[in-house]
Amino acid sequence: MIEPIIKVSNLCKSFGGTKATNEVSFELKPGEALGIIGPNGSGKSTLINLISGFVKPDKGEILFKGKNIAGSAPHKTVNLGIARSFQMSRPFYNMSVYKNLIIPISSPRARKSRGGKYGDLDEAAIHLLEEVGFERDSQVPYKEAGALPHGYLKRLELARCLALEPDIVILDELFSGMSMSEIASVVPLLERIKNEGKTLIMVEHRLTELFKIIDKVIVLNFGMKIAEGLPRDVMTQDAVTSAYLGSEVKTGA
Amino acid sequence: MVTNFLIYGLVNSAILMLSAIGFSLTFGLSGVANFAHGALYLTAGFTAWMLINYLGLSPLVAMLLTVVLIGILGALIYRFILMPVRGIILSEVISTYALGVAMIEFFRWKGFVSFDFSLPPFMKGGIDILGVTIDYQRLIIIGIALIIAIFLWYFTHYTNTGLALRGMAQDEYTALSIGIESDWAAMLSLGLGAALAAVAAAAILPLGIISINMGYDIFLIALAVSVLGGLESTLGLFLGSLIIGYAMVIASTYLGPQWGQVVYLSAIVIVLAIKPSGLFGKYKELEERV
Amino acid sequence: MRTSISHRKERIDRGIKVRSDDIFVLASMRDLLYVTLPKAIVILALLIFPLLKDVVGMYWENVLVSTLVIILLALSWDMLASAGLVSLGQAFFFGVGSYIAGYLSYRFGWSPLFTIPTATLVGAIISTLFLFPVLRLRGIYFGLITFALPLLLSRLIEATKVLGGTEGMSALPPLPGITGKLYLLIFVVFLTLFAFRRLVSSDYGLVFQGIRDNDRAVIAAGFNIQWYKAQAVFLAALPATFAGAFVTHHFQFVGIPAFAQDYSILPLTAVVVGGAGTFIGGALGAVILMPLSEVLREFGSLRVVIYSLLLLIFAIGLPEGVFKYVKRKYTQIERLTTMEEVKHD
Repeated sequence: MIEPIIKVSNLCKSFGGTKATNEVSFELKPGEALGIIGPNGSGKSTLINLISGFVKPDKGEILFKGKNIAGSAPHKTVNLGIARSFQMSRPFYNMSVYKNLIIPISSPRARKSRGGKYGDLDEAAIHLLEEVGFERDSQVPYKEAGALPHGYLKRLELARCLALEPDIVILDELFSGMSMSEIASVVPLLERIKNEGKTLIMVEHRLTELFKIIDKVIVLNFGMKIAEGLPRDVMTQDAVTSAYLGSEVKTGA
Repeated sequence: MVTNFLIYGLVNSAILMLSAIGFSLTFGLSGVANFAHGALYLTAGFTAWMLINYLGLSPLVAMLLTVVLIGILGALIYRFILMPVRGIILSEVISTYALGVAMIEFFRWKGFVSFDFSLPPFMKGGIDILGVTIDYQRLIIIGIALIIAIFLWYFTHYTNTGLALRGMAQDEYTALSIGIESDWAAMLSLGLGAALAAVAAAAILPLGIISINMGYDIFLIALAVSVLGGLESTLGLFLGSLIIGYAMVIASTYLGPQWGQVVYLSAIVIVLAIKPSGLFGKYKELEERV
Repeated sequence: MRTSISHRKERIDRGIKVRSDDIFVLASMRDLLYVTLPKAIVILALLIFPLLKDVVGMYWENVLVSTLVIILLALSWDMLASAGLVSLGQAFFFGVGSYIAGYLSYRFGWSPLFTIPTATLVGAIISTLFLFPVLRLRGIYFGLITFALPLLLSRLIEATKVLGGTEGMSALPPLPGITGKLYLLIFVVFLTLFAFRRLVSSDYGLVFQGIRDNDRAVIAAGFNIQWYKAQAVFLAALPATFAGAFVTHHFQFVGIPAFAQDYSILPLTAVVVGGAGTFIGGALGAVILMPLSEVLREFGSLRVVIYSLLLLIFAIGLPEGVFKYVKRKYTQIERLTTMEEVKHD
């Protein structure tokens, strides 16, 4: 029986009078890929913020590798092994693209995995950019990050997460704003992340593309988990379709 | 003795609240810490004085006109000084700071320093309350402070404009996307803040002479009260003024006159160090923490 | 089909800049001078000036000291700004350094050789501790607290009458050597300038810049930004507390004027005029402003009015500052080029 790498129990968070997260529980084994879906405002981003420490929960537990990290400071969760991307990804605009990666590469956790040495960070940054699909010999890594087109910004965001050598990668709407071909080119990368044994959590709206990558999905609505399971099972549940469509429409599955 | 203390503490609190309310409103509604708040207060005082003494206007008319003029000045300050640098916190802060200093020192240079510079009180004379003699002007200050506090609470919670401004303050992205014009909102909040500074000046300055250093002191007082009470909270403003108001009276009575200033300066430093959102500040906390 | 010609501005590097940008600069004297002359002039001027005191007089020597002190405060400010911290109270650091040096020599009779290093280091530590709680917040709160601290401390000293109260502590031992101490100051200025520039462009300094540009991303990269900001504050405080300690022994006196607003507003104006973010900009700004300030001294309060207006105008009108503007002109030319537009009927 493999221990779950992350186990969320009865997590609750209210802002003012609204329950953004209402008794959410789930667990993941190492190497699993989870999709978190739900209509707008269902609390997906709040859940990510709670797990990564950017928001403190009111109640509940988050066990990461057996340790309760609920309420931890965000930089601490990073150093324990959780990396997250941001929906509105803002790079360090004024720095060149590869310099954007120097900061995560020199983070305490990444440094520790290199045995405490600083090493040639520039080379490591360029190498990482290559891995996410930037061509080595182009001038792009040396350009200002502010000038990057959207698809590349997303790749940079992904690279930033990978630089932290995480155990869990949480991606908040990575696919948003990407074209079909851009998504198709990023999917092999996500597959490789899974193959390396990392646990993946993806919050998405682009369901078709998401379902090709993840193993199981949970559905949130109004802060509550209303379904969990394999995509095809979950999507036929009445609760889920009415959450998305707001009425009793059955999909012909 | 105790009633004396209670009543003068209340007066002091009212003075503090009036002085702070313009600054707090502007900061809460537009995120702009108006370092020129004290300078506007001072300018209001001198403007009223000039209207009364050079143009011969009646005090009431002069003061009303001053409030309007200074309000417009506030809006113009936003339009010509803050708007070009909106969003760049560094430049926003530096420009209002520089403007404030320039205005205050300008008056000092021009020689507005003497006993001639004072404003007439609304009503002369005093009254006995519970064995304590208190002049009408001080009672009026308490009254004005209360009225303005209530009016502002109503304005920001129940009128369309007020709610729109609060919406902007809490989430600029969303508010922008539903069509509330950020620049107009900011201009309005600065104009209002300035007008309130003028009201405070009109009510409080008659208690003594207009001293140039008030330009700096009023800003610091406003900062102390706003920070202690928390932004976006009329209740916080109210309580913050009471706490600092009474603390100042205690300090000046038992420790000495300069200790009053030490009280509000310490309040700023201590509150920022321990609980920067103040007693009741709500929404800013998320922003602050990260 | 019509073709019309319109104009647009373009900016390109000057020929001499391009030619002198790599190792081949050594091949041409002219290119070499282009690169080194500006820096050489400044360095030479600073090195020679103290020796001219007999020609130029003690008064201008004092102006040099004031200028160098403001340069140190400006460099300190720029270091804080590179981590996103806006200081409105450089006087705080200056005063802390001043008083520690003054107290150590007044109460214990230490000589400047000991008080100055101690005051610099201990002053920086104390200042950082005072400011530490605020560092978990955004930049504007740092501005507010640095604004209030020098005022609070000066009123507190006035009210409690400690550390000499309103009279201050006087008859403190002077620094040995009149020319020697000027060179010490100049040396510290160069050291700070060099060290800060290198630091900020290093990988370590990159974290500071990251905090300035996008603190959330730096947190998400696993850094404890409160701790990093504290390091920035400590490093930035060092030249400022040193300046305070130096001045205490230069005037052989320390008192409430050590927390004067001038020490906050002058370096700020110097940096904004000269150009924030470059370190040299602040120094340039101070060199322009301080002599100007001396000339204006007889005008009383008008001096401050002019400064604050300068600060205002530059903050809004030329935010890049004089240094970047001059550098741009030195290395690039702007010209109008023609564009052809082909319009089809």
